[in-house]
Amino acid sequence: MQIDMQHISKSFGSNEVLKDVNFSVKGGEVHALMGENGAGKSTMMNILTGLLEPNSGTILVDGKETHFDNALEAEHHGIAFIHQEMNNFGEMPVLDNMFLNKEIKKGFGLIDNAKMKTIAQKALDQLDMKVDFSQPIGELSVGQQQMIEIAKSLMTDAKIIIMDEPTAALTQDEIQKLFVVIRKLRDQGVGLIYISHRMEELFEIADRVTVMRDGLTINTYNTADTNVKQIVHDMVGRDMGDFYPERHPKFGKTMLEVSGLTNDKFKDVSFSVRSGEVLAFSGLMGAGRTEIMRAIFGIDKLDAGTIKVDGKELTIKNPNDAISHNVGFLTEDRKTEGLILDATLADNIDLPSIDGFSKHGLIDEKADKDFVDMLLKRLNVKANGRDDEAGSLSGGNQQKVVLAKWVGSGSQVLILDEPTRGVDVGAKREIYDLMNELTDRGTAIIMVSSDLDEVLGFSDKIAVVYEGHLMDVVDTKDATQESIMTLATGGKNE
Amino acid sequence: MSNQTEVEAKKKFSFGDFYKKLGPMVALIVLIVLVSVLNFSFLDPLNLLNLLRQVSVNALIAFGMEFVILTGGIDLSVGAIVALSGAFTAQLVLAGVPTILSLLIGMLTGAIFGAINGVIIAYGKAAPFIATLATQTILRGATYVFTKGNPITGTKMSNNFGFQFFGQGYLFGIPFPVYIMAIFYICAFILLHRTTFGRKTYALGGNPKAAFVAGVKNNKMIILIYTIAGFLSAVAGAILTSRLASAQPDAGNAYEMDAIAAVVLGGTSLAGGKGRMFGTLIGALIIGVLNNGMNLLGISSFYQQIVKGIVILVAVLLDRKQAKA
Ligand SMILES: Nc1ncnc2c1ncn2[C@@H]1O[C@H](COP(=O)(O)OP(=O)(O)OP(=O)(O)O)[C@@H](O)[C@H]1O
Ligand SMILES: [Mg+2]
Repeated sequence: MQIDMQHISKSFGSNEVLKDVNFSVKGGEVHALMGENGAGKSTMMNILTGLLEPNSGTILVDGKETHFDNALEAEHHGIAFIHQEMNNFGEMPVLDNMFLNKEIKKGFGLIDNAKMKTIAQKALDQLDMKVDFSQPIGELSVGQQQMIEIAKSLMTDAKIIIMDEPTAALTQDEIQKLFVVIRKLRDQGVGLIYISHRMEELFEIADRVTVMRDGLTINTYNTADTNVKQIVHDMVGRDMGDFYPERHPKFGKTMLEVSGLTNDKFKDVSFSVRSGEVLAFSGLMGAGRTEIMRAIFGIDKLDAGTIKVDGKELTIKNPNDAISHNVGFLTEDRKTEGLILDATLADNIDLPSIDGFSKHGLIDEKADKDFVDMLLKRLNVKANGRDDEAGSLSGGNQQKVVLAKWVGSGSQVLILDEPTRGVDVGAKREIYDLMNELTDRGTAIIMVSSDLDEVLGFSDKIAVVYEGHLMDVVDTKDATQESIMTLATGGKNE
Repeated sequence: MSNQTEVEAKKKFSFGDFYKKLGPMVALIVLIVLVSVLNFSFLDPLNLLNLLRQVSVNALIAFGMEFVILTGGIDLSVGAIVALSGAFTAQLVLAGVPTILSLLIGMLTGAIFGAINGVIIAYGKAAPFIATLATQTILRGATYVFTKGNPITGTKMSNNFGFQFFGQGYLFGIPFPVYIMAIFYICAFILLHRTTFGRKTYALGGNPKAAFVAGVKNNKMIILIYTIAGFLSAVAGAILTSRLASAQPDAGNAYEMDAIAAVVLGGTSLAGGKGRMFGTLIGALIIGVLNNGMNLLGISSFYQQIVKGIVILVAVLLDRKQAKA
C-alpha cells in the first residue's frame, strides 16, 4: 500500500498551520516525520486518518484519491494510528480498552472475553509484555499504556501504522523491543510513519525522513544520505550548537534530604540534593522513580522515612504542604495531572502561585497577567496568548506550559519527572538552559528521566533505582551508559 | 500574540460558543418581548417588581448551585434545606427569639446541612447526585417530623414587623428580597471571579487531579462550596417563610430543579469547570419570566411543568453539544 498526501493545507482560525505539505509512505519502509513542536505533524496525521478536514490538498491511496470520514473508516482501510496523547478510559479494564468499539461477540451478542484475551495476548507477546487484563488501565504507568496502545495497532492487520511519538514514555529496553517489532512489520511489507523528537532513534529505525517547518515540507532524505546536523538545521532553520549545554554548578547547602523512605512501591530510599545541583534519577520503567517523587510531594502516602527541606524536618500530607515549603513537582503525565486541558493557559500557569497574587483572597489581576505573559515568553510557548485553551496547543507546547507553571511557582526544590518528554530539539535545549539558569540561582533540581543520553548529558549526579531500591548515587563524570544500565538492571559495578 | 484579536474574529461560528457568550441574554430578551406582546400587563411595574421578588428565592439558591456545578457536582438537597431551615426560623420567631437571631440561626443551620453534604462527598467519596438525593430525603423527612406535617405559623410571626419585612417589605419602592439577591449576587460574583477561591473552584471542576497536584485542597474546597450552597438555600428559605408568614412542610419542593435549570440556562457546563455567575443570574430571570408569563397567560400549572421541562431539556442538550464541539 502506498499513500501520497499532496499540497495539504490547514488553518485553525487565522493560525495557518499547514501551508503546502507533501508526504508519502509506502509499504515496507519506515518514514520518519520531523519538525519542531507545533510544526503540524500530528495535524498531518489527523488529516490522513479523517480526524480533521484539510482546507485543501489531496490524499492518494495506491494512486486513487481517497477521503476518510472518520478514524474507524481509515482503520478499515488498513491505516492504524497510535496517538501521541492516549485516549484511555482509566477506570476500564485493560482488555475492554483494547477492544473498545470492536468487541468480539459470540452468540446472543455476548462478549467473548476468552477469545479477546487470546488475541490481545498474541499482540502483547510480540512486545514481550505481560499485564493483568482485568486491571483498570489507568493504574498502569504511562509507558505501559503506551505499549498497550502499540499492541492495539498490532491486532488490526494494518498496512500502514502511524506512530506519533511512541517512545516518549518508554525506557531504553522497551524501545529496543518496539524496534524489533517495527523491523519485523516493515519486512512483512507494512509501511510505518514514525514521529519522534529523538534524533538517535531516527537514524536507528527510519529509512526515509521528511522534515517540516513553517507549514512547508523542507526536504525528504534517505536516512543513509543525511545526518543529525542536517536534519536539525532543516527543522529549526539554522545551525544549532551542542544538544546539552555545559554545567558549571556551584553547590550550596543541602536543600532536600530524605532518608528511609518506604511504602509498598519502594524501600528505604535515602538521598539528598544540594542547592545548584541537578540530580538525575535513572531506572527502568516501573522501577519506582515516579512513585518516590509522588510520595515526597505528598500525593502518595509514606509508610516510613523522613523528609528535610532546607534543613527542617517536615511532614508533607498533601501537595499544598510541599508547595508551601517551596517544593515543586512536574508530573510525568501532563494530561491527567499536569494540565486542565479546557482551561486557559493563564489559569493553568498561575494555579500553584495564585495565593501569592492575592490580598485577602482578592486577586491582583494585573500582576497575575504580567506574570503569566512573562512566563509564556520566557518559555517560548507557541500560542496566541494567555487565553488559549491548554488543550489546543501541540504536545510539546503543552509540556512547556506545565514547566512554566512550576518555574513560576518559585520552587527551591524542583522535581521534574520527564521534563523534556515530547519536546523538540530546539525546545529541549531551551529547557536545559532554563535549568542551568535555575540552578545558578540556587534551585535544587531532581530530574527523573528515561532518556539515558539526557541523564548522562545533563546532570551532576545520577541516582539509579531498581525495583524500588536506590542502587547507588554516582557522579555523572564517572558514569557511562553501561555502568548505569548495570545498576538499573540490578547489577553491581565494582 | 499580536494577532490575538484577529484569531478571535476569524474563529468559525459555532452555536455552542455563541450560546455560551450571548445566548442566555438573547433568550431572556426574546422571552420578555414575547410575553409582553401576548399580555401587556406583564410590563406593569407592579408585576415586574413582583417578578423580581419571586426570582430572588430561586436566584439565591442558584448562586450556590453555580459553585457546586462548576466543581462537576450537583446539590439536590437545596429544596429540603429551604424547608427545614425555614421551619427552624419560624419556630424560633414563635418562641420569641429576637428576629435577627432567628434568621441567623436558620441560615447557620442551612450552612451546617451544606457542610454535611460536603463532608459526605469529599471524605465519603460519594457521588454528589446520590449523596444529596439521600440528604434531600432525610432533611425533607426531618421537616415533616419537626413540623408534624402542619404549617408553622402564628400571630407572633404575622405581627412581627421585622420578620415580615424580610420577605414582604419594600425599600424605596423595591421589594426587600431584591436587595438581598443583589447583595449576594455581588458577593458571589466577586468570590467566583475575583478571588483565589474562585480560581480553585474552576480548577477543581476542570481537572481535580491536576488541581490537587497544583496545591488545591480539594476536600476543603468541596466542603466550603456545599456549605455556601446550603447557606444560600437557607437565606432563600427565610425569605420564603417570611413572605408566606408561615413555614410549610413541603416548602421548597423541587426548587433544586429550578436552580439547576437557572445554572444550565445560564450557560454553565454540567461537566464542571465552565460557566459564569452572570449567566446564572440571567438563567434565574429566564425561569422567573417563564413562570410569571405563563401565569399571566393563564396557562394551567400542568402545562407549565411540561413547558419548563422542555426548556431545561433544550438547555441540557445545548450543553452537551457544547461539550462535544
Ligand atoms: N484543535 C485545534 N484547535 C486549534 N489549534 C490547533 C488544534 N490542533 C492543533 N492546533 C495548532 O496547530 C499547530 C500544530 O499542532 P500539532 O499538534 O500538529 O503539532 P506537532 O507538530 O504534532 O507538535 P508536537 O511535536 O509538539 O506534538 C499548533 O500550533 C497547535 O496549537
Ligand atoms: Mg504532535
